[in-house]
Amino acid sequence: MPHTEEDIRVMLDKIGVNSIDDLYSDVPQEVIFKEEYDIPSAMSEIELRKHFEELGKKNQKLTIFAGGGVYDHYSPATVNHLLQRSEFYTAYTPYQPEISQGTLQYIFEYQTIISELTGMEATNASMYDGATATAEATFMMVASAKKKNRVLLSATLPDRVVNVVKTYAKFHGVDITVIPEKDGITDLDGVKAELEAGDVAGLIVPTPNKYGIIEDYSGYADLLHAAKAYLCINADPSALAVLRTPAEWGADIACGDGQTLGMPLSFGGPYLGYISCAKGMLRKMPGRVVGVTKDADGKRAFVLTLQAREQHIRREKATSNICSNQSLMALYATIYVALMGKQGMKELNVRACDGAHYLHDALIATGKFQPAFPGKPFLKEFVMKTDLDVEVLNKKLLDKGIMGGLNLGNGLVEFAVTEKRTKEEIDNLISLILA
Amino acid sequence: MSKILEDLRYADSHEWVKLEGDIATVGITDYAQHALGSIVYVDMPEVGDEVTAGEEFGAVESVKAASDLISPISGEVVEINEALEDSPELVNEDAFENWIMKVKVSDPAEVDALLDAAAYAKICEE
Amino acid sequence: MKYYDNLIFELSRPGRKGYELPANDFGKDAFDNLPADLMRQEAAELPEVSELDVVRHYTNLSMKNFGVDTGFYPLGSCTMKYNPKINEEVAVIPEFTAIHPLQDEKSVQGALELYYNLQKALANIAGLYEFTLNPYAGAHGELTGLMIMRSYHIANGDTKRTKVIVPNSAHGTNPASAMVAGLEVVEVKSKPNGSIDVEDLKPLLDDTVAGIMMTNPNTLGMFETEIMEIAKLVHEAGGLLYYDGANLNPLLGKVRPGDMGFDIMHINLHKTFSTPHGGGGPGSGPVGVTERLAKFLPNPKVKKNEDGTFSIITSGDSLGSISTFLGNFGVMMKAYAYILTLGKENIRNVGPLATLNANYIKESLKDDYLLPIEGVCKHEFVFDGLKDKSTHVTTLNVAKRLLDYGFHAPTIYFPLLFHESMMIEPTETESLETLDEFIDVMHKVAKEARETPEKVIEAPLTTLVRKLDETGAAKNPVLTYRHLLKENEKEAAK
Repeated sequence: MPHTEEDIRVMLDKIGVNSIDDLYSDVPQEVIFKEEYDIPSAMSEIELRKHFEELGKKNQKLTIFAGGGVYDHYSPATVNHLLQRSEFYTAYTPYQPEISQGTLQYIFEYQTIISELTGMEATNASMYDGATATAEATFMMVASAKKKNRVLLSATLPDRVVNVVKTYAKFHGVDITVIPEKDGITDLDGVKAELEAGDVAGLIVPTPNKYGIIEDYSGYADLLHAAKAYLCINADPSALAVLRTPAEWGADIACGDGQTLGMPLSFGGPYLGYISCAKGMLRKMPGRVVGVTKDADGKRAFVLTLQAREQHIRREKATSNICSNQSLMALYATIYVALMGKQGMKELNVRACDGAHYLHDALIATGKFQPAFPGKPFLKEFVMKTDLDVEVLNKKLLDKGIMGGLNLGNGLVEFAVTEKRTKEEIDNLISLILA
Repeated sequence: MSKILEDLRYADSHEWVKLEGDIATVGITDYAQHALGSIVYVDMPEVGDEVTAGEEFGAVESVKAASDLISPISGEVVEINEALEDSPELVNEDAFENWIMKVKVSDPAEVDALLDAAAYAKICEE
Repeated sequence: MKYYDNLIFELSRPGRKGYELPANDFGKDAFDNLPADLMRQEAAELPEVSELDVVRHYTNLSMKNFGVDTGFYPLGSCTMKYNPKINEEVAVIPEFTAIHPLQDEKSVQGALELYYNLQKALANIAGLYEFTLNPYAGAHGELTGLMIMRSYHIANGDTKRTKVIVPNSAHGTNPASAMVAGLEVVEVKSKPNGSIDVEDLKPLLDDTVAGIMMTNPNTLGMFETEIMEIAKLVHEAGGLLYYDGANLNPLLGKVRPGDMGFDIMHINLHKTFSTPHGGGGPGSGPVGVTERLAKFLPNPKVKKNEDGTFSIITSGDSLGSISTFLGNFGVMMKAYAYILTLGKENIRNVGPLATLNANYIKESLKDDYLLPIEGVCKHEFVFDGLKDKSTHVTTLNVAKRLLDYGFHAPTIYFPLLFHESMMIEPTETESLETLDEFIDVMHKVAKEARETPEKVIEAPLTTLVRKLDETGAAKNPVLTYRHLLKENEKEAAK
């Protein structure tokens, strides 16, 4: 706060009051806070830095072999470096396009990149995270499928996503039915039975699913469309560089979490949610959207568009209340994908997949693990069955600076391998398990 | 001053209706298109949809406003004005010429209950 | 300098690379053996560029942007205060950025301690009992807060309370959040000075009302002086009071929402607590409540154990979860750094100096701009366009002309109470010199409006791009590079 005593005097004189307190003379005395705040005394930069370093020491950086929707991908140095351009991070939503072309253009590039990955027609400027994006996709389907109020969720969606969708749906008054899983994948007969029962606006399925399995959705889109319902696929955008896309499965909406596009783990956020959709659903899509236009001199330019859909115009008639986006994380994803490029996005998936299978086979070779879902194809994450006490094992690994597989209970443990994990790290993990 | 045609019926939510036999043609009024400004999109029902008097059947969007379309009558949609899909601005050019949907009405009496030109003109003045 | 107008896709050349990965030495052909029909059929058209291409491209884009670090950003209701640089540095300490949200609690005690301490600090600053830091943004906080409101009534068996009262001057997100939370919006009228009309409120308060959403100071920057009366009426009717924290900044150091009778509130860390707006996000929208509502806060929660360690817990009374994990943790770190930097001493000055700055601008400009409401404002105020209405120069024109002079425009055409609203919020971090420069330019624009109105109407004249065709953009949405190529083909064919 730059004010000198003299400045304050000059300003008070202009306003015509004697003291700053006079600016609060309209506030009832009984609500003025007169006590001392119960927070620490002011810290200098030196003290602050020390304080954070001390706190940081109470965390442990680990070699990570777990996923659960969040993966330890590598992020090239360039991304973070460019993200620190303060013209990007100290700006707000580009309400004044003439002086926000930087933000608007990278959002356009982001929309293109996610649309390319999902194969869908269009993508919005981003959502908070994968779970809330899935909740918004649920509402989108209900708003589009007139007079139907039930959405089916596959039990193979990540549990955390299902929980958030259920919370949103409970309050908004949308019925949710969870389709059971069978051998680690969505039970197609369950879907058919619910469609028979009626009132279904849409179905949401994952790729890969919560066990890492790449499910086969042949026939799903036709089945749903015949029932005048929509198909939405919650997909890992990094994996979509190589996996069959939501568009190729015939989906109407794709959504998910963009954390896999190189974003730091950051203890759960900030990440990025995305929503893409087919052409016909464009105007039901929530959030901001950037489009191309021309300026008065005919120059190419970018602008927020389709704003009539948004909450600030429709107010209580809106189907979403989202106002901001995760703009800076969208920039993160854009720069990351630009660097990795067409080739790198494939190569990292190949490396992760081969590494994951290397670990998978090595675990079996220990004689202590078997595949939980034999024969089911996976990319970078898979579930094993074991007689070992997973909790004890993971404590042991933690002491060695390793985050082991996620304990799913009942002797099930889920491992993830990204392109970051080396052969040596995997060999070391195996020898610790055998030790 | 916006145009109001004498031989049509109107809803206070600014839609007009023209009944010929049991087919009602529905559009938005000149007053409504004026209030919205440049129309960029008309969200129309599908042929075969059932519409209900007093309930939403679509929406019109301009750059910075969106307005739900409220059906003045009940029945089944038999035709939509496909020209509006590519050229929504036609509504701005002539709101009465460029209708939105044709409905096979289930109860023609609903049309009689709508406003006549004079009564609608009064609403627009307010 | 040359005008930069490339898209990253236009720099792409087949076979060019901007990355290096270690050699694939696993000796597996697992990927190649995945079933072909589960794999992508057509490759994604992603950029193929070098690292330097990427660096130059995004550096050039950044120079087409205006941020708080570029210049004065008086965007009303958005609290565009300076984002201290030390916050950015402490937030990228690897011991925080490299920890997985599902790590063993034992290995993330520092992160949990920070979450807990920030939660406590916010509760003290707000005069409430407990906060969740899980909501990702202000609107997300509103939604969470309203879910808490409903959960409370439902737990009391009071299921018919489904209406929420919202002033007609409220932020657009308020009614939209209520709708998403499954509540019906009832509008309460504002008096000419923008404050809630208590006489209009009284008849609305029946046993179907879940609560009221309001902000204080209101969207016109005026303090709701009858707040204690409003709180009493709403509580007597069995409703709860929700405080929209968008306007918390002027109260920092002066008034605590909890002390005004509010039961639930959200805070925008990216407004009041100096975390950067990031071009639209990520933000963070913590929600605080009184003691009787604490059990409804969303899962997961962070609890302090008796031995001083911290745990992540979920509770059955909770409304459920509204985020995947514990929210935008990276943003919380910056807000916590801000609070520690200010300390209990300097936090006292935030609100008062923000209020001083706003009143100074208001008094300096009311000769040329129409001030619909006289009297002391708080952190922001609203002009109803130029005072001289004969020039046909609109608020939009003035806003665009400001861009020519190197300032960001105020918030315009909000609140909806006036036709030519121009909402100005300077924040406490701006100096007298900056405010004087802005005031001079505003006077200059008013003078131009009288003397050469066509110049103002045509503005902006000197920005990188000029007035944009928004109608064309909405009519024919071109939202990806693929769409753009198709458009270009169409034009070439003509």
